[in-house]
Amino acid sequence: MILVFAEHQNGIFKKNTLEAVTYARKAAELMNLSCGALVLGNANSPESLGIYGAHKVWQFDDIHFSNFDSRMFAKAIADIAIQQQCSVLVFPDSTTGKSLLGRVAIRLKADSVSGTHTLPDCSNGFEVKKKIYSGKAIVTLSLNTDIKVLSLTGNSIPSEKTGSEVAVTPVTCELPEAQVAVVETNRVVGTVPLPEAEKVVSAGRGMKGPENWEMIEKLAQTLGATTACSRPVADSGWRPHHEHVGQTGIAIRPNLYIAIGISGAIQHLAGVNNSKTIVVINKDPEAPFFKAADYGVVGDLFEVVPRLQEALEDYYSS
Amino acid sequence: MNILVAISKTPDTTAKITLNNGGNSIDESGMSFIMNPYDEWYALVKAIELQEQLGGKVTIVHVGLSDSDTIIRKGLAIGAQDAIRVNANPESSNFVAHQISAIVESGSYDLVLLGKESIDYNGSTVGAMVAELLDFPYVSYANHLEMEGDNIVLNREIEGGIEKCKSSLPLVVSAAKGLAEQRIPNMRGIMMAKSKPLQVVDPVSVSYGAQTVRYELPTEKSGVHLIPADDMKELVRLLHEESKVI
Ligand SMILES: Cc1cc2nc3c(=O)[nH]c(=O)nc-3n(C[C@H](O)[C@H](O)[C@H](O)COP(=O)(O)OP(=O)(O)OC[C@H]3O[C@@H](n4cnc5c(N)ncnc54)[C@H](O)[C@@H]3O)c2cc1C
Repeated sequence: MILVFAEHQNGIFKKNTLEAVTYARKAAELMNLSCGALVLGNANSPESLGIYGAHKVWQFDDIHFSNFDSRMFAKAIADIAIQQQCSVLVFPDSTTGKSLLGRVAIRLKADSVSGTHTLPDCSNGFEVKKKIYSGKAIVTLSLNTDIKVLSLTGNSIPSEKTGSEVAVTPVTCELPEAQVAVVETNRVVGTVPLPEAEKVVSAGRGMKGPENWEMIEKLAQTLGATTACSRPVADSGWRPHHEHVGQTGIAIRPNLYIAIGISGAIQHLAGVNNSKTIVVINKDPEAPFFKAADYGVVGDLFEVVPRLQEALEDYYSS
Repeated sequence: MNILVAISKTPDTTAKITLNNGGNSIDESGMSFIMNPYDEWYALVKAIELQEQLGGKVTIVHVGLSDSDTIIRKGLAIGAQDAIRVNANPESSNFVAHQISAIVESGSYDLVLLGKESIDYNGSTVGAMVAELLDFPYVSYANHLEMEGDNIVLNREIEGGIEKCKSSLPLVVSAAKGLAEQRIPNMRGIMMAKSKPLQVVDPVSVSYGAQTVRYELPTEKSGVHLIPADDMKELVRLLHEESKVI
């Protein structure tokens, strides 16, 4: 059996959870196993996880799971994995997934990999790949313990709706007392958070000043994209820190990354070069970003961006 | 407050990666190594700030061979009081976590701090493993931390927001940007670091952990497709028809 941890936020399964469910289903097929999704706490329609590939859905509905304590979650996941005789555990590579993976791996004395982007190769044991050094190399790792624990990098294997709803089986185990108490949670409402965004419009020092960002926000709104920025832009207070992408900011991998007035320093690229399609708008034809780009526009952003805005509005209205 | 800060050694981001023997190993000659920025800028500096406020001691732990001593000395120059190096190659995060937890068990620490991830493997797993081995609470991606009586109050970064939480000590915390401000070692710190204790200990044995099979380099992008600055319709067409992202 393969267990996939079906993380939810206030009851809603996020994109990376659905991707992990589909991934677990595909891995299960490769290994002649079946795939069960584990839901901790109260979520909206857990049966829908069957649509994304789960053969089984287990739910441990307990009020304690409304408070995130990594030890308590990890014990529940590990205990249920043992009850259900699971040999592979899959987590979404989210902040929560990452804070659980290590704990669960230790509880189960299991080899683990965080952030793989490939299905296991079982022709010679159990091997998965992972991008390292900001995408400058790929390592193949082999997991040799009876139980294997891994997390799936977001946006590397798309979720697929190939199955149908399955009945939810309640599961339970003994829970330890929580060690960490959540006092309050504050989320930016309205926009898709950067790590989950499929489209990102990002701008750098070429913008000259914060007063010019209206056209970036407008472009992002038209595209349904989230806005980001380079580090000096966040450091000088032109934009909030949570928009800072790169080596020292957030690492993202959207389908579309549009970089406007950003030179493409290696530390910036470290956080964005796993994006599927990169568009660079820069007036300097020698800007290093063009080497990492799929599409490039050499020109003054103050002229190019309004033209792109117009072209996109035409596209979306037709 | 006695604080243990785990630091790791990573290649500088600007390092060019080349492989040996068709992918058996990474060619490290000519690569320059640094202290992992999240460990140095945030975890270590926060530990020193707490020590300055509350007294106690900051100890660095590093799993690595003697070629790591320069980065350990840098940590001492920034302000840690002493250091322990576990003399072994950091084979896997599991191996490293077992070494760090053994050091915690052999001493008496109220807080274990480390960076939210290393910038080479971005695994972000060692902190959780250490916490589980010790049965300590764990808070990841902390960008704010302060004492409140006997408890510690932290802000943890989550997707698109912040979770404020509270824990008792001892505790393991992984540090994100914002937890502290980077400190540059000064001349006095560098001089003092030379005589601070750096203890070298043997590793504990660990029976499992993921194994490296081989390395490969990614396929390069086929080259940028330039679009005339006055033809944004063409860019929109390509985004729709060719790359199918809109
Ligand atoms: C240890 C370390 C970590 C770092 N981490 C990060 C990180 O996480 N993220 C990050 O972004 N940076 C990071 N940096 C900084 C990085 O090295 C660069 O300095 C930074 O990314 C540059 O930001 P920028 O591209 O916005 O600005 P600049 O490098 O100044 O580039 C501005 C660009 O805008 C173009 N431009 C100007 N005017 C126009 C116009 N009118 N029309 C079109 N184009 C125009 C210019 O040609 C230029 O290419 C880090 C640096 C270090 C040393």
